[in-house]
Amino acid sequence: MKLFKDAGHLFRLAGVFLLGTLSFLAIRAFVVPHSFGQYGHYRGAAIAEIAAHPVHFAGHQTCETCHSDIAQTKSAGKHAQVNCEACHGPLAKHADDPSIDPGKPDVAVLCVRCHSASAARPKDFPQVDADQHSGGIPCTTCHQPHNPVIAAGGAK
Amino acid sequence: MPGVEGFMYPNEISLYWSVLIVLYPFITGLVAGAFILASLERVFRVEAVRPTYRLALLTALAFLLVAPLPLQLHLGHPERSLEMYMTPHRTSAMAMFGFVYLWYLMAVLTVEIWLDYRADIVALSNSTTGWRRWLYRILTLGSQNVSERALHIDERVGWLITLIGIPSAFLLHGYVGFIFGSIKANPWWSSPLMPVVFIFSAMVSGIAAVMLLYMVLMRLRRQPIDMSCVDTIAQYLLYIFIIDFSLEMLDLIHRIYEADESFRSLDFMVHTRLWLSQVVLQICIGTLTPILLLFLVQVTKLSVPVRKRIYVVSGSLALIGIFAMRWNVVIGGQLFSKSFLGYTTYKMALATREGLLVSIALTILPLVILWVLVKLLPPWPEKRHAPLPAALAAD
Ligand code: HEC
Ligand code: HEC
Ligand code: HEC
Ligand code: HEC
Repeated sequence: MKLFKDAGHLFRLAGVFLLGTLSFLAIRAFVVPHSFGQYGHYRGAAIAEIAAHPVHFAGHQTCETCHSDIAQTKSAGKHAQVNCEACHGPLAKHADDPSIDPGKPDVAVLCVRCHSASAARPKDFPQVDADQHSGGIPCTTCHQPHNPVIAAGGAK
Repeated sequence: MPGVEGFMYPNEISLYWSVLIVLYPFITGLVAGAFILASLERVFRVEAVRPTYRLALLTALAFLLVAPLPLQLHLGHPERSLEMYMTPHRTSAMAMFGFVYLWYLMAVLTVEIWLDYRADIVALSNSTTGWRRWLYRILTLGSQNVSERALHIDERVGWLITLIGIPSAFLLHGYVGFIFGSIKANPWWSSPLMPVVFIFSAMVSGIAAVMLLYMVLMRLRRQPIDMSCVDTIAQYLLYIFIIDFSLEMLDLIHRIYEADESFRSLDFMVHTRLWLSQVVLQICIGTLTPILLLFLVQVTKLSVPVRKRIYVVSGSLALIGIFAMRWNVVIGGQLFSKSFLGYTTYKMALATREGLLVSIALTILPLVILWVLVKLLPPWPEKRHAPLPAALAAD
């Protein structure tokens, strides 16, 4: 058992490693959340936590139940595929309780957000250079937001 | 918007990976490089560079201890950032960090240092007093066995660990390169050459750092510098540097020739925002100048003082060049828009969690740790208690 004697310090080193590994596992058991891995490589409880977040968007179907007139106008125009809340912002609170006044979108920034000319937009998407096109007059002076094409009867 | 030019996606306007993420590959590179230098000395039995064997190991340890700090500071959340060690997993390259780091620190570097120093530690635990005695006693793990056979076993096991250590060091830094190289959404990073380039640049920086540290420490100790040792290291530095530079040029030429959809955008970036840090600092000052200087030493017969100066200058320039390379990779990869139509700017903060002062402190910290380590475990051959490992004493 001479080998064992002379390699004794290596066994001690191995012992230190074992201890290190055990404390690693112990700390790990402590810091890893309990629901981790319940469904996959994430914290299972996160699903319930996320589901508990309040809803901000009501969805266009909800708006349309009350504002059927506007839904109709809009579905006839070029903005048919643009969601109500893409322009009006999240309005779930108003949809739950119509007495909450949602206010009107700020046209000065709204339309140019989608329509200002930019090389990054698809070429066939309607774009204008706002300064040249309207010279600072609010877009809604000429365009009806829910049916924007003037020739299509969208003029105000 | 200030600092932004052209069309930038909103999430690209500010950089998320700051100067700390530049520091992280720089520091791990020094670790891997220093360790590879030490291992080559041991495995290839290069007698001349023996004086730096232990110093290189301690340098690697000092920098390795600091290596994860930039990541932790970058993550913020001191209560959570520690989890990167405790919850490693295989599903993402970033989450592998815990495995790679702990493996390298625990299984390779500390064991190799411990085995090599064991006879010294035992001797010191008997010759010192006070708290140092206790420290060395703990470090002996309670075994005072330094019989010839025991040391022979240490030497064999140490050799084996060095052998495992070389691929591990490649893994440690190749891994860092892989993190960048595997990001397919970013054409500046996405390249299978990235890990290889990272490894060779790590070797350059590690070898340069050990060479400089050796010269500085000898000066502080008022001891003569072993010129044959420094000459040999400088020779290694030159060879590795040439490989590193060729690989980087290969990557560049490949990009230029391929000229894929990202090329015009990246080309513009290199000519404008990265001109100073990439072309001037990294390539001209940090790579070509030291290569030329080191080459000059090889082809001419220069006096010792001149050679020393050349080594100090080229070593420092190499470190600056490698730092610039990390900078250009990390920061450069975030300056352009993935639309290839816009560019943003990185403005380094001064006294914030990820600012300049913190990164300076993180660069100095390993040197402080190294100072402590050198005091505790003197790396100088003449203070060695153990007989030399056969591998080094062979010829
Ligand atoms: C429960 C029915 C109801 C639902 C659902 C509803 N609204 Fe309303 N909304 C109203 C009522 C009532 C008014 C006030 C009528 C008025 O002043 O003409 C109103 C007013 C508005 C106004 C005008 C505010 C103003 O200052 O003139 C906007 C804009 C508006 N709603 C948008 C929406 C949007 C967008 C949605 C979908 C997220 C929505 N509403 C869903 C009932 C509803
Ligand atoms: C393209 C953006 C846009 C979309 C899409 C849009 N709106 Fe509007 N909406 C506006 C703007 C702008 C105003 C304010 C007009 C003004 O200031 O005169 C407005 C005004 C309103 C008003 C106030 C009454 C009025 O006619 O001025 C209601 C109600 C309304 N929208 C409901 C809706 C509903 C419901 C939808 C979805 C079916 C919808 N909007 C989709 C831009 C939009
Ligand atoms: C959320 C993005 C968005 C906003 C905000 C928006 N639009 Fe539009 N707009 C569209 C889309 C999508 C189309 C349809 C484009 C198509 O058919 O290719 C469109 C079409 C149009 C057109 C018809 C162009 C044509 O001739 O084909 C006009 C005019 C227009 N919008 C004006 C406006 C005005 C005025 C506003 C502000 C009240 C506005 N838009 C706000 C997305 C938007
Ligand atoms: C002075 C009236 C006026 C104002 C103000 C105005 N427009 Fe127009 N716009 C027009 C006319 C007229 C047309 C062309 C015919 C049509 O839409 O039927 C047009 C066309 C457009 C088109 C379609 C262009 C195309 O290439 O298909 C878009 C998009 C548009 N406008 C957006 C805007 C935006 C955004 C604003 C606000 C910055 C705005 N307009 C302000 C009168 C106006």
